[in-house]
Amino acid sequence: MSAGPVSTGKAAGEPENSEPRSTVPAGAAPASARVSDADQARVAGGSLAQQVAAPSLAGGMSGVASPVVPPLRKRRNVLLWLSLGWMALVVLLAALAPVLPLADYSAPIGFPRADPSGELDQWLGLDNQGRSVLSRLIHGAQVSLLLGLLAGVIATTIGTVLGLVAGYFRGRVETAIMFLTDVLLAFPPLVLLLAISSILRPSFNTLLLGLTVLVIPSFVRISRAQTLNWAARDFVLAARNMGFGRVRIAFREVLPNVVPSVLALLPTIVAALIVAEGSLSFLGLGLPAPTPSWGGMISDGKDFLRLDPQLILIPAVAIFLTIFALNQIGDYARSRFDRTVQD
Amino acid sequence: MSLAGSGTAHLRPQDQRLLSVEDLHVRFKTAGGVVQAVSGISFDVVRGETLGVVGESGCGKSTAGRAVLRLGEVSDGNIRFGDTDVLAADRKQMIGLRSRMQMIFQDPVASLNPRRPVRQLVVEGLTVTGASADERATRARKVMDSVGLDYDRFADRLPRQLSGGQAQRVAIARALAVGPDLLVCDEAVSALDVSVQAQVINLIEELKAEFDLTVVFIAHDLGVVKTISDRVMVMYLGKVAEVGEPEALYETPAHPYTRALLDSVPTPEVEGGFAGPALAGDIPSPLSPPSGCRFRTRCPLAQDKCAQEEPQLRQATTGQYFACHFPLVPAA
Repeated sequence: MSAGPVSTGKAAGEPENSEPRSTVPAGAAPASARVSDADQARVAGGSLAQQVAAPSLAGGMSGVASPVVPPLRKRRNVLLWLSLGWMALVVLLAALAPVLPLADYSAPIGFPRADPSGELDQWLGLDNQGRSVLSRLIHGAQVSLLLGLLAGVIATTIGTVLGLVAGYFRGRVETAIMFLTDVLLAFPPLVLLLAISSILRPSFNTLLLGLTVLVIPSFVRISRAQTLNWAARDFVLAARNMGFGRVRIAFREVLPNVVPSVLALLPTIVAALIVAEGSLSFLGLGLPAPTPSWGGMISDGKDFLRLDPQLILIPAVAIFLTIFALNQIGDYARSRFDRTVQD
Repeated sequence: MSLAGSGTAHLRPQDQRLLSVEDLHVRFKTAGGVVQAVSGISFDVVRGETLGVVGESGCGKSTAGRAVLRLGEVSDGNIRFGDTDVLAADRKQMIGLRSRMQMIFQDPVASLNPRRPVRQLVVEGLTVTGASADERATRARKVMDSVGLDYDRFADRLPRQLSGGQAQRVAIARALAVGPDLLVCDEAVSALDVSVQAQVINLIEELKAEFDLTVVFIAHDLGVVKTISDRVMVMYLGKVAEVGEPEALYETPAHPYTRALLDSVPTPEVEGGFAGPALAGDIPSPLSPPSGCRFRTRCPLAQDKCAQEEPQLRQATTGQYFACHFPLVPAA
């Protein structure tokens, strides 16, 4: 065979470069390691020591100081840590609510709308019926979080699978799924929730159903978009060429790549769900009394806005901080796990 | 000749062929009309040979490669692999066939699932047949060794931690693991650095000898194809323009398109870096290919006949086959 333009060095059998193209987290570790090597060389003193110790760094150029690579500045995301801290606190309190030494959330323990005082149950004052606001806030967190998380997780599961099926199998299945999704998306969310709550009796399960149905379309859309993107890659073709069936390819090859982007959406959606639950409770279509929820507490306090604004302020701040924290975490999750944003 | 395609004069006796493709058509329906990606090409590959397929982007070479492995649609035609009719194979036969026909893709990193470590990727094909974990691990070590990757160093890496060349080695290892007879390399080195290209090509050559492979090497680089091919097929807009042994085809091209392709390869001399005028214009739209000879709109020798009559493949005095009414080398 004649020598063409390509028959260069006979290095076959040897991988062409020994370093991986990039390490997993393009973090500061390698850079700082290099710097400390260089520092050591300098501490060892003398050009000889430097030449001996740092040939791999200076590339054998004698007399040239080894380059000092400044370590990558690590950005500390204070807000993220505060957000994680707040969510940890809320989840912990909500989970431990039954065993905490708190007054019963449904029984009065003093005068209506008593001001905050030193006793644990009265830290945040008493509500219109003389019930502990702190106790109601913590028990309310249980309901709001549980509803938001459960609805979010169920919707993620259903939405991801529907989106995967639509995006991978295409055809009529896709048309049907996307039509339903578009119909749901076109519905004003509050109207849909109101309809569900008035047809069925308001209860935990009714709310869960309504909120789940409400957010499924968001997950279907992102899952389908991601599936379309990933299914077009050559590794899917390669898997087909290996003889894998379509179902296996969809769930074993494509799905694992779709999940991170979908999960990154979850915190933001949970935040929206907590707001939605609050709105429903505010409208009186939430959980029946005396079960507390943050939206319900705002609703109960609305008549005393002028005299006792803390009755509204306290649950409102709790909702605000939780939503803010979840959105912060969602943003972080997206930049960290959703590679479509970075690439 | 009254065949629907561009002729089958260049095909070799049935008993020698490992793969034979006759009158292959691939059409895609799009909003703008029907794309005629491949229009009646025929070719064959004899066991142990390397067939190089060249042509500009959009000439249908990759589509044809995928059609052979039934990875893309086939509108019409006949594909035989060994004794099997590929297009008529049922699901079970197809699983058997798949392990005998493997493909290497253009973008090595994209052809590997980003969430699987190399150790799993290279033996992907064995899970179909239900090989045990031990078997797979042994096999993984062996095939990685064959492609020159250190198992202990690379086993746990993810595709994004590999360079292009390393990723392509992993892809080649994955293909080898199932013990194929035919390896279709679809622009397998086009995305790599030139130095790495040479390594991967050498590797494919070595593996071909070691594992008795038959190779279809699809590329747009004539130089790459020349060094490794026993037979070269030049395609233009879904048709075969010229096919034959590289010596004849490169030294004395019969088809003006082959001539033009060869002329657009830069020569080492500073003055007159290109041997001839560059091909003018773009490849016509496959939505409505030109009548008669498809190359006529860009051909310096085109005459009325070229618009009216489609040229069939004929043998030249220099041995190769060409489809042209006014060849640069007389027909035999």
